[in-house]
Amino acid sequence: MDDDDRIFKALADPTRRHLLDRLFERDGRTLTELESELEMTRFGVMKHLRVLEEAGLVVARKQGREKLHFLNPVPIRLIHDRWIDKYTEHRVAALADLKSELEESA
Amino acid sequence: MTTMTAQTTQVYSVFIKATPEQVWDAITKPEFTERYFYGVRIELRDGRRYSRTGGGVEWDEPVLECEPPRRLVHGWSSAYDPEMAAEEPSRVTWELEPQDHGVTKLTVVHDKLEGAPKTAASVSGGWMFVLSGVKTLLETGSPLAG
Repeated sequence: MDDDDRIFKALADPTRRHLLDRLFERDGRTLTELESELEMTRFGVMKHLRVLEEAGLVVARKQGREKLHFLNPVPIRLIHDRWIDKYTEHRVAALADLKSELEESA
Repeated sequence: MTTMTAQTTQVYSVFIKATPEQVWDAITKPEFTERYFYGVRIELRDGRRYSRTGGGVEWDEPVLECEPPRRLVHGWSSAYDPEMAAEEPSRVTWELEPQDHGVTKLTVVHDKLEGAPKTAASVSGGWMFVLSGVKTLLETGSPLAG
């Protein structure tokens, strides 16, 4: 599995997307905090966090005695650069071509 | 859509197919930094981190820890923007961790942003751009377009 596979796999689950949204709202949370907002066992949340960490979407850091989880937006940015930009550019270019063609024939 | 309040500790991380030594050079030598860090030439000298923009704006920050090729900690003052420059300095930590298969995990922690709310709100897009830029430069030898 390459980096992209891991990211898409990590994002292909509603609970993991929910965890990312929670971290987006407030970053640097402990497992206990994240667990309290989900109808799920501690073990289940840990498992999802591990998948997110392996994909690089979450970075865990020790701060004092606590382990805090941070959202890392860089892989999503890389996906955006790799996939979204490429296709939207084409679409914009196609619309621009259509506009100039229509305007020329008008 | 929820709004995000700027975080006082921000973490950014990227996996790069390069050795820690190569990544270290890319973040500490001006001939590399100017190719992905908004054209800013950055160098470490006499315990300080000197920056110079393409437009000739210069400033420097204290280097707090320097352990090549694994860890660099320095102050951050947003001297490129007058309004943000007036805010309290914050701190940036670079961590380079070798992984399997010749990959290095580069993590940037920008913290102590409590006294710099404008900087906190503005750097997020910047760090994403910089880290994806380092990755592209080291993996393909050319900077990101645009």
